[in-house]
Amino acid sequence: MQPVLQARNLVKHFGRVTALDGADFDLLPGEILAVIGDNGAGKSVMIKSLTGAIQLESGDISLQGEPIHFHSPIAARLKGIETVYQTLALSPALSIADNMFMGRELRYSGIRGKIFRQLDKPAMEKFAREKLSELGLLTIQNIRQAVETLSGGQRQGIAVARAAAFGSKVIILDEPTAALGVKEGRRVLDLLQDVKARGISIVLISHNMPHVFEVADRIHIHRLGKRLTVINPKDYSMADAVAFMTGAALPPELESGSTS
Amino acid sequence: MSKLTQEEADLEASLSSAPTEVAEFAEQDGGLIRKAQHVLHQNPALVPLIVLIVSIIIFGAILGSKFFSPFALTLILQQVQIVAILGAAQSLVILTAGIDLSVGAIMVLSSVVMGQFTFRYGIPVELGIVCGLICGTGCGFINGWLVAVMRLPPFIVTLGMWQILLATTFIYSANESIRAQDIEEQAVLLHYFGTKIPFAGVNFTYGALFAVILAFGLAYTLRTTAWGRHVFAVGDDPEAAELSGVNVKKTLISVYMLAGLICAFAGWAVIGRIGAVSPNVGQLGNIESITAVVIGGISLFGGRGSIAGMLFGALIVGVFSLALRLLGADAQWTYLLIGLLIIFAVAIDQWIRKVSV
Repeated sequence: MQPVLQARNLVKHFGRVTALDGADFDLLPGEILAVIGDNGAGKSVMIKSLTGAIQLESGDISLQGEPIHFHSPIAARLKGIETVYQTLALSPALSIADNMFMGRELRYSGIRGKIFRQLDKPAMEKFAREKLSELGLLTIQNIRQAVETLSGGQRQGIAVARAAAFGSKVIILDEPTAALGVKEGRRVLDLLQDVKARGISIVLISHNMPHVFEVADRIHIHRLGKRLTVINPKDYSMADAVAFMTGAALPPELESGSTS
Repeated sequence: MSKLTQEEADLEASLSSAPTEVAEFAEQDGGLIRKAQHVLHQNPALVPLIVLIVSIIIFGAILGSKFFSPFALTLILQQVQIVAILGAAQSLVILTAGIDLSVGAIMVLSSVVMGQFTFRYGIPVELGIVCGLICGTGCGFINGWLVAVMRLPPFIVTLGMWQILLATTFIYSANESIRAQDIEEQAVLLHYFGTKIPFAGVNFTYGALFAVILAFGLAYTLRTTAWGRHVFAVGDDPEAAELSGVNVKKTLISVYMLAGLICAFAGWAVIGRIGAVSPNVGQLGNIESITAVVIGGISLFGGRGSIAGMLFGALIVGVFSLALRLLGADAQWTYLLIGLLIIFAVAIDQWIRKVSV
């Protein structure tokens, strides 16, 4: 099967720190791929390099077999790759609708849009309200209220809703459940299954092992700036995964070459 | 499925029997003060508007018809027009969490370019004005490029530009003015913004009208266009804006360029206001525009505020100076009260911000 998103030999340094040391990455169509790794293993850097938020020193990335090189997250979004960053990338003083459409606003058709560049706020608000209620994540009275007046979980919901609404090929989520309560976290996981059912591939970066093992089809284990191995959650326990990720044990295919 | 996953599923099994309604928080009844805080949070221009109305009423009550006449009230607009135009430019920059100390210098340089190009090189006055506008936009571009691409702090960049442009102005103009008489005879278009609009008993010029139209135009642009939303997003949190798809560099450069262009218009208006083209005007332009912006409730930390607030801020300063002059008070009292207002405005801004905490 041809991967949707594939990367080979990614390299990136920050000063004298090696963040990516020849990392590989494969995302298959319609799967949920979890990426786990210890803090500082380079998960976030790898993801940011895939979406164009960070420029690589070397390495090849291809989307559906086509070599690509994104200079910015906007370029990646145009190709159907959406990202929910850990920081959420929301503007606190702006409204929910404004945030959902940031960088891809809808304008009125005709003179109002072309000459006066007027935004079609009613359409944007309607769309935002639909998407949020679709997810059942929020009970928001006013779609015009500023994001800073929302709780952490509600903000997370908006960021996820934004990605789910616009992502057509790949959605990448960086720690989407970390700031959520039990119920809200559950809703995000259900949402991931919904999105997957639509045929969109999902990359899930998470420290929450139960969540990872519940939803992931495959688990990419990142260690010291590169891919250590990819495991099937049905074949391993969470303890095994943690052991691989921290270096306490080696996966079987690597063990044969090592003496330990 | 592994054993632990099973446990996890059991762990959350009780969720199905949990009540389904989402936690609702009782509307905290902090009374009027808290409600006011919320209203102000959504409409930051309300504070300066209230201060403006209250001060007009108070001064009107004290001074009577001397102050409360169409003539006096339009005179205020007349006097604050330059500050209001510069304040519009300043507002844009401050909304992106920057500051522009060079607005006054860009204004003077542009007006000198307009005058000297027309008189020294003998080119048509229309073309001279266009050159002045290009000059202002170009200065803005340099500011914007240094801030956005070279990532230098706006305070330092515009502090440097202020000195550079001021020196350039004096060197280029050889510290010479162009007399009002000559302009009136040969290039009357330079006086356009000083032209009186014939209207029953009021004191209204195209310059004052331009200041008001500019403020409304910018307010509309900021509220209803994508570019306007991007300006707020960039000022609020540039990293978040970049990640959610805003071209931060382009937005910043366009803001500084537009600010430069507006300053050049202020340069045209200042010729109409004082009559002559002089390199010695507008030295306080920076401080006065920043004052108007701050009193107008625009946050110096970026991303919050409105152009309408800035206009009210400029008018408040105008009302205080005219009224205190009519009262025969020492001019220093004006500065003292303006100083108090600035501190009051920033304190209010901090208080409004706490609404979300």
